Amino acid sequence: MSRLSALLVRETALAWGRGGGPLVTVGFYAGVATLLPLAIGPEPERLAAIAPGAAWVALALASLLSLDRLFERDYEDGALDLLTLSPTPLELTCFLKCLGQWLATGAPLALAAPIAAIALGAKPDLAPLIFACALLGGLAFAFTGGIGAALSLGARRGGLLTAVIVLPLFVPPVIFGGGALDAFASGLPWSSGLALLGAYAAMSVAIGPLAMAAACRNALS
Amino acid sequence: MNWAPAFLSNPERFMAFSRWAAPMFGVIAAILAAVGLYLGFTAPEDYQQGQTVRIMFIHVPAAYMASFVYVCLGGASFLSLIFRHALADAAAQAAAPLGAGFTLLALVTGALWGRPMWGAFWVWDARLTSVLVLFLLYVAYIALRASMDDEVKAARAGAILALVGAINLPIVHYSVDWWNTLHQGASVFKRGGSSLAPVFLQPLLIMALAYTSAFGSLWLVGIRGEVWRRRAEAAALRAARS
Repeated sequence: MSRLSALLVRETALAWGRGGGPLVTVGFYAGVATLLPLAIGPEPERLAAIAPGAAWVALALASLLSLDRLFERDYEDGALDLLTLSPTPLELTCFLKCLGQWLATGAPLALAAPIAAIALGAKPDLAPLIFACALLGGLAFAFTGGIGAALSLGARRGGLLTAVIVLPLFVPPVIFGGGALDAFASGLPWSSGLALLGAYAAMSVAIGPLAMAAACRNALS
Repeated sequence: MNWAPAFLSNPERFMAFSRWAAPMFGVIAAILAAVGLYLGFTAPEDYQQGQTVRIMFIHVPAAYMASFVYVCLGGASFLSLIFRHALADAAAQAAAPLGAGFTLLALVTGALWGRPMWGAFWVWDARLTSVLVLFLLYVAYIALRASMDDEVKAARAGAILALVGAINLPIVHYSVDWWNTLHQGASVFKRGGSSLAPVFLQPLLIMALAYTSAFGSLWLVGIRGEVWRRRAEAAALRAARS
């Protein structure tokens, strides 16, 4: 097995086991989706109007959940030092870390998102679009979130700090994905929102690893 | 302007320069603010907005400073990240709370202006939302620096965050524009001249200069304070060792 695929398998397995892995993330997602109708009221019309948006913002929150452990465990047990010393560039390692995070939590969340949206009262024909949005958005959330996780290495109260750093950066993907879902629900052309979401995901995949690697080197120096 | 960072990168020269530049900018700011406020309050009432148009002279320059200070923060962070220059880092550290203050001022005066004009303190309009996100970025920057004990690491982590934010801000601005637009479009700088009457434009520009000058003064004072604090810390370390 080549070095890169070994790294990817390691990161995915770690993300799978980290803090309960996808089970806890999806459970948190289900919990938020359950609290929303309790706060807003059970009327189907009112719930149906907010269902896609509510499912979408709950997804953004759920993808914050296991983020703070993305680098921290490796930082604490010294694995991050070893990864820095390996011939693989740290940028590539960070890329694989986020990819593993996405495979282990983003993909299960993308499967859960249509179910949550329909349970909240969205039309079933919305399901493919919300799945696609959740997949692309999850990629953007994992890679921008990784920047926050790497920056808060070595800080006190890292978990909360990661959320404070990352949430402003989540604004564009939340808007683009929510816009696409909203346009689809009201019968308008929706492809531009999905395309912009894809563009943002591509940009965060391209830029995120550079910032993450710089932040890791800083934390280790 | 290329000489300015090079000239000021020497801490001794910077301290000598800022010693008289900081109060000078402060005096200029006070004079300009006095003139601008006088002109602003003697300007005629707007035929639609009445007296509330005067909020503009406080609000618009604050909103402009909110982004101007972020440019300064981004530039200083870039210099401190690339050249590892301690003064550039002190400049970034001193700029962040000032920027957060101007952004908060813009948000608060905007809310007070929005209540009589739009009938609501806050509407989820594009420009309001991007200024709010800018404020959150300032807060994130300050929180990140405050939560790290190692100052060198805090400086570099903060610089990385400031640059990531600088890449993101245009996208945030564009995305909320795409999302919703209710705030009026640009009216001061646009093709074919300003659409603002000269009686309003003059005090507005004077107030913008006053804000810029006040920021310059406060920024220099902040950097000086930071330099003194670091020197005092180094002296305390030396004293503890001997």
